[in-house]
Amino acid sequence: MSIERQAIENLATLARIAIDDNRIKEISQQLGSVLDLVDQLQAADTSGLDNVANPTQESQRLREDKVSETDQREAFQAIAPDTEGGLFLVPKVID
Amino acid sequence: MNWETVIGLEVHVQLATKTKIFSGASTAFGAAPNTQACAIDLAMPGTLPVVNQQAIDYAIMFGLAIDAEISKTSVFERKNYFYPDLPKGYQTTQLEKPIVGRGTVAVQLADGSSQSVRIHHAHLEEDAGKSLHEGNFRHGMSGIDLNRAGTPLIEIVSEPDMRNSQEAVAFAKKLHSIVTSLGICDGEMSQGSMRFDVNISVRPQGTTELGTRTETKNLNSFKFMEEAIHLEVERQIDLIEDGGTVLQETRLYNGETRTARSMRSKEEANDYRYFPCPDLLPVVLSDQRIETLRSNLPELPDARQARFIEQYQLSPYDANILGADTSMAGYFEQATAKSGNAKLTANWVTGELSARLNADNLSPDNSPVSAEQLAALIVRIADSTISGKMAKEVFEGIWAGEGDADQIIEARGLKQVSDSGALEAMVDEVLAANQSMVEDYINTDPDKRKKKLGGFMGQIMKASKGQANPQQVSQILAQKLSEML
Amino acid sequence: MHNLTIAELVEGLKNKAFSSTEVTQYLLTRIKSLDTEFNAIITVTEAEALKAAQAADQRLAQGDAPALCGVPLVHKDIFCTHGVRTSCGSKMLDNFIPPYNATVIENFQHSGAVMLGKSNMDEFAMGSSNETSFYGPVKNPWSTDCVPGGSSGGSAAAVAARLAPGATATDTGGSIRQPAALCGVTGLKPTYGRVSRWGMIAFASSLDQGGPMARTAEDCALLLNCMASYDSKDSTSVDRSTPDYSAHLNASLKGLRIGVPKEYFSEGLDPDTEQAVRAALTHYENQGAQLIEISLPNTALSVPAYYVIAPAEASANLSRFDGVRYGYRCDNPQDLQDLYCRTRAEGFGEEVQRRILIGTYCLSAGYYDAYYGKAQQVRQLIKQDFVNAFEKVDLIMGPTCPSPAFKFGSKGNDPVAMYLEDIYTISTNLAGLPGMSVPCGVVEGKPVGLQIIGNYFDEARMLNAAHQYQQVTDWHKLAPEGIQ
Repeated sequence: MSIERQAIENLATLARIAIDDNRIKEISQQLGSVLDLVDQLQAADTSGLDNVANPTQESQRLREDKVSETDQREAFQAIAPDTEGGLFLVPKVID
Repeated sequence: MNWETVIGLEVHVQLATKTKIFSGASTAFGAAPNTQACAIDLAMPGTLPVVNQQAIDYAIMFGLAIDAEISKTSVFERKNYFYPDLPKGYQTTQLEKPIVGRGTVAVQLADGSSQSVRIHHAHLEEDAGKSLHEGNFRHGMSGIDLNRAGTPLIEIVSEPDMRNSQEAVAFAKKLHSIVTSLGICDGEMSQGSMRFDVNISVRPQGTTELGTRTETKNLNSFKFMEEAIHLEVERQIDLIEDGGTVLQETRLYNGETRTARSMRSKEEANDYRYFPCPDLLPVVLSDQRIETLRSNLPELPDARQARFIEQYQLSPYDANILGADTSMAGYFEQATAKSGNAKLTANWVTGELSARLNADNLSPDNSPVSAEQLAALIVRIADSTISGKMAKEVFEGIWAGEGDADQIIEARGLKQVSDSGALEAMVDEVLAANQSMVEDYINTDPDKRKKKLGGFMGQIMKASKGQANPQQVSQILAQKLSEML
Repeated sequence: MHNLTIAELVEGLKNKAFSSTEVTQYLLTRIKSLDTEFNAIITVTEAEALKAAQAADQRLAQGDAPALCGVPLVHKDIFCTHGVRTSCGSKMLDNFIPPYNATVIENFQHSGAVMLGKSNMDEFAMGSSNETSFYGPVKNPWSTDCVPGGSSGGSAAAVAARLAPGATATDTGGSIRQPAALCGVTGLKPTYGRVSRWGMIAFASSLDQGGPMARTAEDCALLLNCMASYDSKDSTSVDRSTPDYSAHLNASLKGLRIGVPKEYFSEGLDPDTEQAVRAALTHYENQGAQLIEISLPNTALSVPAYYVIAPAEASANLSRFDGVRYGYRCDNPQDLQDLYCRTRAEGFGEEVQRRILIGTYCLSAGYYDAYYGKAQQVRQLIKQDFVNAFEKVDLIMGPTCPSPAFKFGSKGNDPVAMYLEDIYTISTNLAGLPGMSVPCGVVEGKPVGLQIIGNYFDEARMLNAAHQYQQVTDWHKLAPEGIQ
């Protein structure tokens, strides 16, 4: 299976990864090869089976509604790429 | 052509928990930017979510209040998209198995009729942070504050059961009334505690097929919602009548300019790639837990309104207004308990008090005039110590912090004169001083005499500096004049 | 001194045969002189290690030393360490210094262990050869032109080269067991939920599990005693008390029922590796265990199911690396989308990008049911295979990998060739079961591993079986040439 250029570009946009034009062909082949592998799944008879996302049998544990966190802005923002006035900065967001 | 409008609402309700849905960071409003965003809220590597019990309980309470099916097993999923105020790059929400299933909300309309709006489902999710486009930072940048990120929300999705803005607003107000009565939301619209997305389409009257809808997002007041609906309905009808077609799009309403525009960024075809969140397990609820919550549900607006009519003999109109809001209802009941006069108390709470609170954007809970103070004022109206007009002046005095009703009445010398001897003397004096008016009264056709009474009343009230009890004066005056005939 | 096991170090430290400072200093010096060749460790934490060793020596002197007091270890660079760069083998986190610790790290601190450094790994744990690390490949101490396996290749190589007596590692599809096999060390992936994932940078949340590597099963038991815990900060952590994994090491294997899945001995298995594994099984028979042929019919579906589920989860887990709050940010972004797209293109390596794209594809509109939905259903089939098997047997044994360590670059440009390396290990991750690799022979001068799969939370029985095997064999004592 090979994947069309358009589809790769769409995936790259969804995943927010810039992909050079000259890499698209190689990526298309590699993804195609992986999809050939995973297409083996289609042969399996899975009728009547649940789609369970986690191997544990447990159910979600619930936490008491009690404040446990203190302000650590300084520590967190010390490792941030760009901050000002306590805010994380990014190039202007246009809605 | 006549057009029919079809409206459905998606309502985001911030739950009044102390902490975030997946972290122990505080949800208190108004903190300095990013001081309430912990490692989990910032999506630091390796951090994991744990679900807040209170958020689950609040969602269940809402479901019980609208008589909806509660899912014994609900599942959190990831909704994937990139946005700077969404730290994980996905929103943890519910899709296939939401916690609250189908339900209905009964809505009372202004004309007294009622309508039932179907709820498709309500699900739990986390709020995003805020992107600030202007502020104390470099030009050309946006500042990201993640304090709000992770605040628990329920998103209530209605069926497209509303046909005009009045119905939509009445429904929205009813939801506000329900969630505040339950105590699961503080209802502070100005702080974004309830936000509305309105789906609007139009179709030729009499047809059943739905038109293409637009979604106007993030309306945070009933007024904006009403305006935005009018604007959008007009736009769609104009567009179609001019031969155009409505595009399915997300729109943003600006309450200041009263205009709306398409959100370009949302036009890009989104593929949210939902899948069950592997960091969380299914939320499984026991019957016992649900029943415990059911039996502890606080009084809901409909029940309260019925009780007010029954217990206090209020009109349905007053009961509706007072019963809708928990703090207003509480204030009314507290004041009535002291005043012993439900009708008069209802009039004052729905009238003067509500007007003043609205003007100053205050809730009854932080009213400068306490329920006890209002009750004391009402007692003085009921026992004729002061007139209704004086009472307004006294109310203003209490509002301004000058003291209780009796203190102000005393200090301003506002006591109404109800002593019959004194009032008779006052009436005699005015009649004596206005002989021509008296003669005019006597010579007037008996059917038209009543109209002439006002002139005497004015003179007497003026002479008493407004302190005469008007009902008594009117009686005495009528008596004296009839004796003269 | 570098040949001492953890059990021996604990004993020696307690008896004051040597101090933690001495051992720590010795191993730091050894790392400096040897690791330039192996590249097993990304960050050596010399100052912190010596400080921790001194503190450990004080506690040892006072006589209130906890279990692993003064024992030096390396931690896979996937576990967040407060104040120490945690890169996950990626340029994306090359500058990331966490202001918090992983629970696993906390557990080791409480038990007095000393951290020597952070071990190399495939970028974001995506790989089976340690070739995808931003910090360069790790070399297999047994043959430096061969891979050490992955993704915990740095941990395995460090233990094999005697740079540390033990290491932490993580396993999403075989990332503890495969490098343990290829480097001739003992490694254990516990039951899903046994070891906290808090602070362990996620690759695929429903598959990831931390576990120990050491030279012996006895040492793995000591490490797991400390590593395993119930953690309320991890919703998938199982609330279950932790047994003493050392307590049953010496139990007899008489009557032990060992399942031998025929699917693990089919085509693709290197004959010499098969011979070594069969020989190991014979040892078990000699110790009184019973071999029972079983079938795990859906084994072949495990690789395709894994390569849907793991990339799907990863595609979302790695979205947080967006250049906004921490980690790498591209230079001079033109606008917000440019910031995202270039940060992620420049910060992630090719394999990571490939898996994000695969995961994005499998979850996208129109493909979800055919890929993600189907894979989760197949996961149930695979799990059911094991449930059925464990009705008849106590443990399952077979090869860890199809063949010994391969040469760098030999898997070429086709990712699928590399993915098939994990054919025997992946299904336990899908089922959430514990798995272990124990050295059981040498083929072409390179070690091969015996895999032991246990039932849920049956790590003690696996460790018992592995320990008993190591009482009658010496494969685990062999060191790579030049290391002795």
